Amino acid sequence: MTTTNLVLLLLGLGLATFFYGRQKAYVVSKSHGGMRNMHSLPSQHGVMVAIWCALPALLLVLFWKLAEPAVISSMLNSVIPASVMDGGDKAIGLYKNDIANIIESGKASSNPEKQVVADRWVALSSISSWVLLAIVLAIAAIGAATALRKISPDTRARVMVERVVHWFLIICSSIAILTTVGILCSVLFESFRFFQQVSFVEFVTGTKWSPQTAIRVDQVGSSGSFGAIPLFTGTLLISAIAMVVAVPIGLLAAIYLAEYASDRMRAFAKPLLEILAGIPTVVYGFFAALTVAPAIREWGELIGLSPSSESALAAGVVMGIMIIPFVSSLSDDVITAVPQAMRDGSYALGATHSETIKKVVLPAALPGVVSGILLAASRAIGETMIVVMAAGLAANLTANPLEAVTTVTVQIVTLLTGDQEFDSAKTLAAFALGLMLFFTTLVLNIIALHVVRRYREQYD
Amino acid sequence: MTEPTESTNKVAPRKDSTSIVKKTLAKRYAAEKRFRFYGAAAIAMSLAFLVLLLGSILVKGLPAFVETHMLIDVTLDSKTLGVEEGATQQQLKAANYHSLIKKSMRGMFPEVKKRKAKKELYKLVSTSAEYKVRDQLMANPSQLGETISVWVLADDELSSFYKTGALADRSKLTHTRLSEQQIAWASTLEEQGKLRKKFNTTFFKNGDSREPEQAGIRAALMGSILTLLITFLLSFPIAVATAIYLEEFAPQNRWTDLIEVNINNLAAVPSIVFGLLGLAVFINFFELPRSAPVVGGIVLSLMTLPTIIIASRAALKAVPPSIREAGRGLGASQLQVVTHHVLPLAMPGILTGTIIGLAQALGETAPLLMIGMVAFIVDIPTSVTDAATVLPVQVFLWADSPERAFLEKTSAAILVLLVFLIVMNAAAVFLRKHFERRW
Repeated sequence: MTTTNLVLLLLGLGLATFFYGRQKAYVVSKSHGGMRNMHSLPSQHGVMVAIWCALPALLLVLFWKLAEPAVISSMLNSVIPASVMDGGDKAIGLYKNDIANIIESGKASSNPEKQVVADRWVALSSISSWVLLAIVLAIAAIGAATALRKISPDTRARVMVERVVHWFLIICSSIAILTTVGILCSVLFESFRFFQQVSFVEFVTGTKWSPQTAIRVDQVGSSGSFGAIPLFTGTLLISAIAMVVAVPIGLLAAIYLAEYASDRMRAFAKPLLEILAGIPTVVYGFFAALTVAPAIREWGELIGLSPSSESALAAGVVMGIMIIPFVSSLSDDVITAVPQAMRDGSYALGATHSETIKKVVLPAALPGVVSGILLAASRAIGETMIVVMAAGLAANLTANPLEAVTTVTVQIVTLLTGDQEFDSAKTLAAFALGLMLFFTTLVLNIIALHVVRRYREQYD
Repeated sequence: MTEPTESTNKVAPRKDSTSIVKKTLAKRYAAEKRFRFYGAAAIAMSLAFLVLLLGSILVKGLPAFVETHMLIDVTLDSKTLGVEEGATQQQLKAANYHSLIKKSMRGMFPEVKKRKAKKELYKLVSTSAEYKVRDQLMANPSQLGETISVWVLADDELSSFYKTGALADRSKLTHTRLSEQQIAWASTLEEQGKLRKKFNTTFFKNGDSREPEQAGIRAALMGSILTLLITFLLSFPIAVATAIYLEEFAPQNRWTDLIEVNINNLAAVPSIVFGLLGLAVFINFFELPRSAPVVGGIVLSLMTLPTIIIASRAALKAVPPSIREAGRGLGASQLQVVTHHVLPLAMPGILTGTIIGLAQALGETAPLLMIGMVAFIVDIPTSVTDAATVLPVQVFLWADSPERAFLEKTSAAILVLLVFLIVMNAAAVFLRKHFERRW
């Protein structure tokens, strides 16, 4: 019986016991002079019975399935040939992989020795699943029986059910914390292993990035150097181009929408601007690589320059278009939040509309605008698909927007796609880059959120 | 009385300043107009970008929805096929259809003799023709020995050439890899009525392929649906539970603050970092299968959780406290108030947020690259543990292919993706407009 079926069976049992428990509660209530003498409603009794029946059993299935592979694996060791066992963990791992492949293929192996192990494995798995089924059904039955016996006017079924639900809510809301911990652990742990092989100082100050490490010892020209400066400058260059495009356009658009546009114009233009944020980044990447980059190349050649076909400019401009709505919608919010009294005061002094905006509204909204820009910048730094598709792979240390540069995110993707050995410095480098990326964007976000919160308090 | 004197003192300079103001007024009004123009220009520019982006993809992608078929006469002679009369299905499946197609191509142009020319001739027809003929013969084994006419797919180069109408007017397509000889053959075929354009069903029926004319998005579409299903099943209950806890139950303490800070920060973590999490935790630590929708779904649900939580909290907050007070006044417990009254009223808002979160997940690519969903997938995935890819990743893969025909396939796949996004967002807007209550 597969795990999915087992879980479905338990859920079905839970449902059935719910109805049975509810029915029993009705019957009990009648013999005690009606519903008013019961502490809890029949449906609450029903849920109580269902929880007693299914919850412990489901938890057992979960722990069983987590522990099963390790237990079976250690029980297999007795039938694995001694010659393999002497070869150390790696040899055993490889051997077990072979066996797993034999089982998966469903065909008999040509090697009878391996076939014995494979048969043993299959037998153990089948025993394990039958034992699990028996125990789980026993637990479910005992749980349901206990709960059914408990149904009485004095049983506080509602309190018990609500306590379980309460814990469920707490566990769900803690997943956000678990996710952050998971991200931190995964990048920190792998980065730590990376920095054991490559010094941290070399990583943050080196100017040469060529992550190819030698596969064979005698291979030429692939010592691997992990100086991440070209990646940082490349990321900054592309993000800076994006900000140059997005900030003026986004800010002016926000001002126009908040201050000048009629309601109809606003209702029309605002959703259209938001569409820019809803388009998948891979679409922007395609647009940058196949429409914008060739166009920039042609125009550049017209005026006598020779832009690279994977220029930073193409990726930057398209990324700028993508983050226009991030700048504009946050700026729009803070500009509309500036109290009307401040504008009225400015008009009363004879200022024109644009003077009021420039001298009164914008300075008042500045903290909010700045935090919007910071959020947009963090978005630009972490953006992946546009640069993967439109920026290059060559780690050039340059400030010329017409040349190809590479970014942190591009390198993470290139280092981790395809099959690699997980322990090499090459793949671990991706996690070190991920760590840098995570902390940079985290700091930008914290500053931005902090500024926004203080600003909101000022006018609320 | 000092007032009059003060005012009389100020009369003279005021007259003066009025004239100064009047003098600069034209300039200030011009500045006003200019500023207003800049704002309008910024909006016009953003919208122009949008039109350019969508327009260029539409123009590139639309031809991909048409495919070119070629009518060939195939003699199913048993000698070429290498099968006897009364052969089993297994034998028919393994028969030599490759030579059969070549033979029928030669039959159409008997004047072709040279090896090189023959090779060029064979290139006009798609390799899928063999399978088409095979399937037909396997369905009717009695046809062995007869001559049948079959519409088969034309090769992608011929197809792009023919679709643009370049056969009649060469100026319409200047870059083609077809030789002059191949174009001449194509014209002959066209005159004989043996070429036709049809709506491209292959594109929606097939998985990925190395041959552009046989490549389709079915596998990627199924992968997207399975991944989104997992994402929804995980993120919706968890997000709603979190939102309910934070809005209705959570005490004001450090733990609650920590949860809130975490949610806000997770909303702004770059998506690729979630990919690193998926790779390190789910694939390397928990040893879940690579390239599988189940891992993709888990990663994407962690990514969309903050979006749905924030939207759900806003929806819960919008339910007025009087509803809760009325419920409690009638003796309902806090949980009963929430499940019987608050949650149903907040549901439209929560669903709107969920759909928007899922639309985000549908367009996401980067984290899926990390967990290996970039495989070349021909078979259509049927379960959440099969190797699969998703629409945006398919776009990414095709965008890298050098063939001209893949360029239009890429754009067409983008169009399909955008249609899904538009439908989802329209559903969200509909929900918001029709079911959300304003209090």
